[in-house]
Amino acid sequence: MKVMAQVAMVMNLDKCIGCHTCSVTCKQTWTNRPGTEYVWFNNVETKPGAGYPRRYEDQEKWKGGWTLDRRGRLRLKAGGRLRKLLTLFHNPDMPSLDDFYEPWTYDYQSLTTAPLSDTFPSARPKSQLTGRDMRPVHGPNWDDDLAGAAEYAAADPNLRGLAERVRLEFEHTFMFYLPRICEHCLNPSCVASCPSGAMYKREEDGIVLVDEDRCRGWRFCVSGCPYKKVYFNHRTGKAEKCTFCYPRIEAGQPTICAETCVGRLRHLGVMLYDADAVLDAASVQDDKDLYEAQLSVFLDPHEDWVREAAARDGIAHDWIEAARRSPVYALIKEHRVALPLHPEYRTMPMVWYVPPLSPVADAVHATGYHDDDPDRIFAAIDALRIPVEYLANLFTAGDTAVVEGVLRKLTAMRGHMRAKQLGDPADRRLLERAGATADGVEDLYRLLAVAKYDERYVIPKTHAEGSGALMAQHCSLDRPGGVADLASHDEVDPAPPELPGLAAPGGGAHFRDSDGQVRFNLLGWNGSAPAPGLFGGTEGSAP
Amino acid sequence: MSSDRSGEALDRLMRSAQYFFPGEQSPDRRVLYRDGGRAAEEFYRERWRHDREVRSTHGVNCTGSCSWRVFVKDGIITWETQATDYPSVGPDSPEYEPRGCPRGAAFSWYTYSPTRIRYPYVRRPLLQLWRQARARSDDPVEAWQWLTSDPERRALYKRARGKGGFVRATWREVVELVAAAQVDTVKRYGPDRIVGFSPIPAMSIASYSAGTRYLSMIGGTISSFYDWYADLPMASPQVFGDQTDVPESGDWWNAGYLIVWGTNLPITRTPDAHFMTEARYRGQKVVVVSPDYGDHTKFADDWLAAVPGTDGALAMAMGHVILTEFYRDRRVPRFTEYAKTYTDLPFLVRLRERDGAYVPDKFLTAADLPGADEEAAEFKTVLLDAATGEPVVPNGSLGFRWTSPEDGPRWNLGLDDVDPLLTLYGRPGGEAVAVDLPRFDAGPEESGGAVRRGVPATRVGGHLVTTVFDLVMAQYAVGRAGLPGQWPTGYDDADTPCTPAWQEAVTSVPAKAAARVAREFARNAERTGGRSMIAMGAGTNHWFHSDQIYRAFLSLTMLTGSQGVNGGGWAHYVGQEKVRPLTGWFHLAFGLDWQRPTRHMVGTPLFWLATDQWRYEAFPADVLTSPLGRGRLAGRTLPDLNALAARLGWMPSHPTFDRNPLDLCDDAQRAGKDVADHIVDELKAGRLRFAAEDPDDPANFPRVLLIWRANLFASSMKGHEYMLRHLLGTDDAMTAPETPPVLRPQDVTWREEAPVGKLDLSVAVDFRMTSTCLFSDVVLPAATWYEKFDLSSTDLHPFVHAFNPAIAPPWQTRSDFDIFHTLAAEFSRLAATHLGVRRDVVAAPLAHDTPDELAQPHGVVRDWKAGECEPVPGRTMPRLTVVERDYTKVAEKMAAVGPLLDTLGTATKGVTWHPGEEIDDLRARNGVVRGGVADGRPSIARDDQFCEAVLALSGTTNGRLAVASLRALEKRTGVPLADLAEERSGDRITFEDTRVQPRAVITSAEWSGTESGGRRYSPFTVNVERLKPWHTLTGRQHFFLDHDWMAEFGEQLPVYRPPLNMLAHVGDPRRNPAGHPELVVRYLTPHSKWSIHSEYQENLHMLTLFRGGPGIWMSPLDAEKIQVADNDWIEAYNRNGVVACRAVVTHRMPEGTVFMYHTMDRHLNVPRTETSGLHGGGDNSLTRLLIKPTHLIGGYAQFSYAFNYIGPTGNQRDEITVIRRRAQEVDFQ
Repeated sequence: MKVMAQVAMVMNLDKCIGCHTCSVTCKQTWTNRPGTEYVWFNNVETKPGAGYPRRYEDQEKWKGGWTLDRRGRLRLKAGGRLRKLLTLFHNPDMPSLDDFYEPWTYDYQSLTTAPLSDTFPSARPKSQLTGRDMRPVHGPNWDDDLAGAAEYAAADPNLRGLAERVRLEFEHTFMFYLPRICEHCLNPSCVASCPSGAMYKREEDGIVLVDEDRCRGWRFCVSGCPYKKVYFNHRTGKAEKCTFCYPRIEAGQPTICAETCVGRLRHLGVMLYDADAVLDAASVQDDKDLYEAQLSVFLDPHEDWVREAAARDGIAHDWIEAARRSPVYALIKEHRVALPLHPEYRTMPMVWYVPPLSPVADAVHATGYHDDDPDRIFAAIDALRIPVEYLANLFTAGDTAVVEGVLRKLTAMRGHMRAKQLGDPADRRLLERAGATADGVEDLYRLLAVAKYDERYVIPKTHAEGSGALMAQHCSLDRPGGVADLASHDEVDPAPPELPGLAAPGGGAHFRDSDGQVRFNLLGWNGSAPAPGLFGGTEGSAP
Repeated sequence: MSSDRSGEALDRLMRSAQYFFPGEQSPDRRVLYRDGGRAAEEFYRERWRHDREVRSTHGVNCTGSCSWRVFVKDGIITWETQATDYPSVGPDSPEYEPRGCPRGAAFSWYTYSPTRIRYPYVRRPLLQLWRQARARSDDPVEAWQWLTSDPERRALYKRARGKGGFVRATWREVVELVAAAQVDTVKRYGPDRIVGFSPIPAMSIASYSAGTRYLSMIGGTISSFYDWYADLPMASPQVFGDQTDVPESGDWWNAGYLIVWGTNLPITRTPDAHFMTEARYRGQKVVVVSPDYGDHTKFADDWLAAVPGTDGALAMAMGHVILTEFYRDRRVPRFTEYAKTYTDLPFLVRLRERDGAYVPDKFLTAADLPGADEEAAEFKTVLLDAATGEPVVPNGSLGFRWTSPEDGPRWNLGLDDVDPLLTLYGRPGGEAVAVDLPRFDAGPEESGGAVRRGVPATRVGGHLVTTVFDLVMAQYAVGRAGLPGQWPTGYDDADTPCTPAWQEAVTSVPAKAAARVAREFARNAERTGGRSMIAMGAGTNHWFHSDQIYRAFLSLTMLTGSQGVNGGGWAHYVGQEKVRPLTGWFHLAFGLDWQRPTRHMVGTPLFWLATDQWRYEAFPADVLTSPLGRGRLAGRTLPDLNALAARLGWMPSHPTFDRNPLDLCDDAQRAGKDVADHIVDELKAGRLRFAAEDPDDPANFPRVLLIWRANLFASSMKGHEYMLRHLLGTDDAMTAPETPPVLRPQDVTWREEAPVGKLDLSVAVDFRMTSTCLFSDVVLPAATWYEKFDLSSTDLHPFVHAFNPAIAPPWQTRSDFDIFHTLAAEFSRLAATHLGVRRDVVAAPLAHDTPDELAQPHGVVRDWKAGECEPVPGRTMPRLTVVERDYTKVAEKMAAVGPLLDTLGTATKGVTWHPGEEIDDLRARNGVVRGGVADGRPSIARDDQFCEAVLALSGTTNGRLAVASLRALEKRTGVPLADLAEERSGDRITFEDTRVQPRAVITSAEWSGTESGGRRYSPFTVNVERLKPWHTLTGRQHFFLDHDWMAEFGEQLPVYRPPLNMLAHVGDPRRNPAGHPELVVRYLTPHSKWSIHSEYQENLHMLTLFRGGPGIWMSPLDAEKIQVADNDWIEAYNRNGVVACRAVVTHRMPEGTVFMYHTMDRHLNVPRTETSGLHGGGDNSLTRLLIKPTHLIGGYAQFSYAFNYIGPTGNQRDEITVIRRRAQEVDFQ
């Protein structure tokens, strides 16, 4: 047992209005510069649809994430180090720029500078890479609001096997939006894929980062990430990715994408988990068990023993308290309405989603309506437009029962709150069918509907009191009786546990896996030390 | 993208990455570092670091009014994120944070973008002519006169409009040119020939007002925008007697049932949509009515996919269900009480005999009762007391508003002991009579037919009368035993109008679904006390007959007692944007502190005449009239009716006369006559005519057009191509034939040769190169919203907040405020020689919220020109007011608060109060002007001072005035009101306050809702809770409208009118080149997801997030017919013009309808078209203005004119177009 803390996110897709504000504020803040023109740390996809980069969810094609080998052991789907070496200069799993898009601009200034002529001026598209004329044919959000029109639906692997249910016809249209950032996984395949050891997961808050100093531009992180959320800066020749806005998180501020979300659908909070349980959880045999397996890794901060263990493992008191108030924990674990995106990738993602409700499929004959009872105004969840199978392909590796359970709970919440508004007695059967209680759905309502700022975002600040920054900011303290003086006492006192945020050195990062191999535990690795055995012992030597 | 090109790009990427690196390798060949640690994290920390955050907002027409934090780093604006510090709306509600959308989030891109206008520009031919002219004359005014007096010189620079050739000029040179053109125009043609266009003051109050204040000082014409944009819901003045008053978005939270009908909340109310998504969790049901599956449909419980433009039929059927189940089969006490108290339903209407049956005629008034001789009796409507059966003249009607009864104020809705009788049905002594009612759903003719129904009637004062309620029951086809006429057999009777089955055939919404939603809507209102709401917008409001669609919607809210209730009623959001600090803004913006009135003009007739679209009318007005009318409009044409509306004082009409109004005053003086008498005599003698009677007379052209904060030529110019030809005189792609001789107007002069290039000077003030700038003669570089002080407010939230400069205006840009003050100074300088002090006569229409509402009783139309009455200013024709203008003092007056506020006070919506204390306070806050015409007055020379004055003079931002305004209203109504504001009587929101944080406004008489006790704003809550009348004839909300023309057009009651049958009017528009498949489709222009009108449309972030340029959305079924694939180049054309753009193909679109996003500019990714050879075009290349004659009505009760309150809408949604695939090689050169 090793208790660790991560700042995680839940997005409520049922509230997402598909406005893309998150994408723009993120882009403006972080990737609005040469080399990252085509990079969107945060993007929003219309589902069904092809996604960005196109068809990224098709791991048969891209080989991102993890898989189980014949012996049931977790392996990178793209193969181990040997294959990487063989493909160092031609990675067959690497998406090309075409799969993203060629960024363009316009000759705007020609509107002002156009000489007098016989016609009206028109600024035309130019490639941002070559400066030449171009015709945009793809973009980061090319199929927005198309509801997966034929050619884009064909590139959506989540529709596989649903040909019978999903007809791309006006009467049967459905769509919803999927905002995506890096998943900051517990078991990140990008980190494991990096031949330069340039990626790491921060010990104090779980944020997965590229060490720009170390990155050598091999881009195996790009192909190794099944969510395709690591990008290649073509100016610097280095990988870049969503940083979870750590300069803000460290200050207790929400990520840009979360704070600027006008749908108010993002929640940020601390999750405590058992780092030692991650590997086993990621290795369960059946894809459909991965959701429960990941849930089992999360620790209940309301339990005394968990808090004690967390304190023992060096997690600061305010972080533990934040974990108790975590909206993310409440949605994932207590209310069980948030689900992981593509758990079958086995990366143990840490950005979870509440699946969306949708209009009734057939306005006339929808089940759940009673012409003789105008007070029953909500339809049954089995009459909704979005096929549950589709949502299950996104969030539960195909297990529809879990998704149905969430949708039933959301519907029960609406029914219960309506009754409350009208002064009607609570409908016990409605709640029971959803496995809910009145108090539970009322708490859920507060979290999802009222959703005040301080309850959406519960982010403890980083502890910087032991870091060098303090010295730089308060040099006057560097004298007898000051901080430096106090620090000298630490040398004689027993060493206190490392606090999150103190840039703790690595160590204790090795463990023996179930086959007896010595492995490197990424979760305890802060990037400042070598990480031998990253790919397991069986491939320990070069050919 | 060809594979070649992508390969090349990929190569570039690879090349930049392919290097080996020094360093020590581990045995497994992964590099190890000894140094580094996590130092690289500094990269993103450094990226995030910034110097400061500045609060500002976006002055864009979106109703957002979002407060933003603008980040500045090294003196450069970098990015923006939303403010989250709005005052709380209470513990049990979501807050307003964060407000913003992707468009706003992308704004800072503009600051340093290549489309930023950095310097003043003039097109080369004009600048050359100007320099030539100035070389000839030292006097700039004479130079302008020389330049514009020669047809060849005029044509030379006008033909070049829009065709490039801008040359940088200095501010000094350009300001002189623009001012000289105006001084010359005032002198030669009259100040009303200078037209200003700027919309939506609320989106940047000071910037708007700078221009309008300037124009008001010189007597220029100020165009309206709300009606011109077709955002004005004409049903609002008709039903409520109010421009538009709607709930803040926070009030959606209070609704138990929400129908989203014609507004795509996530796209067009992006910052507010969360209240809808969150209210669902509170148990709200959401129903979306939309022809396509839109962003909002995702949130609906039910999606009703009504065929575009048929929403009125669905609403009528829903009304049928509600009247049947909640009024006939069962009585809901709350509904009935509401109907009796707050609507005109119990009032009596006279029936007129016609063809063996009856038709509704006029409201019975006190004047119709025996022995009535009381004041304004013709405006006191009558009902029957249920207890006594006797006629009663209840309080609250218009006749009590402008009179002062001895027994105290009676303009209130108090009924005392009277129990209004809703229906005569089943009353002893009544009779059942047949009534004929119009229907427009049958046959190809717009005029429709009639359906015979029956009503219970009785005789009062010798008149056969029935109640409005009984007429409504007949109109909605709700049968009651014993009444004559044809009635439906049930909901499934598809042959009779207003049944659910009937609407199914019209709208394609299943009858059962329509009935179910209607039932749920009403039942919810019954259970919740009226918390049933309809959010509506452009999708249902941009139609020719939108007023009828909306009246059918509003009926649903009135019948269910939902209007004037928090969480209930209508929620109309198109344009508008409420100027919360209304009084201060209005008086300062229109210079009412120095002179009154100002020249307000209805935008649609203004541009319809100016662009000569009136010469292309395809059908006369009587095509639209009902066969049940008296036929009074037989053979009348639209230009004639427009001229009638001008001369009867219904609508403003500027330019007004075919003579310079300054000269008219001089003429009168010479003749020794009063100016008004002189004008009346000249008109009667036929020596003087209204300009609207000869719009193509060069004396009547608008000569100078000032455009700021607007993209008039592209975004809002329905009939864009007509404008290019007639107003600007440049190339166009229009092919429409002129009106054939037989259909031409009689009163309006038809000149054989249509004028080309009427406008002498077009000036655009902007910070980005829009189509309007590209077609203008002079472009002035404006400061952006992050570079100036200003104020913002909206109807969607209850706060006022500030713009603040994050940086100084870069390059040679200046704020709008600064620009107009600069212009005023130059104008004043040049005026000293050419104008001096002149007298001007302003013809103003009969005004709403004034006793003018009593001018034309019963809405009977009498035309003095036809000898039906005498021309009496202010009664049968416009009011004529002489205004003295010292043209040398324009700049001085602009910069100070004038004296009329002390002497005349401020008047808003018929209530007057005096802000004396505030003027003193402003002297202290802003400082005092010393010397000159404004000696001793408070200064408003700076934008922040101006904002301070607006806040000081408005009740919503000044608690003392809020109380004063309500006390004034108490005096008129006799009901207690002042207590609503007393809790905040000491509050005074200063400009500094708004810079710190958005501030919640105060309840005042300026608006109809109350926010007391922290309530969410909902309109008419004061009317409902305090019995304050609506500003209508009956003082109640109207189902029935009895103006003559409403009867002629068959619209006395809500009725379904289908979209115009354009195919019948203009014929099959296909030109059909051999072998080239073409398709005729309904052409809709919904608001864009990636821009706010044309703003942000060229923003690179927005272009990247979708398709990189304009597109037309269509169904795969339609695409297949013309062999179009997604992203193919296509062309759309009709008689109005042509557009070349990309196809967007998706099954979320219904067959037979295409979308092109609203207000597309024509300057980006727009190639030459095959059809015209020109670069083309914008969405408005396919539209033109279509004026609905009933929108011209004025001079009577709630039909009386106010600015942006009433007037013909610039609707465009009934249009059709041809779509075809075009060659895929396109030419941008």
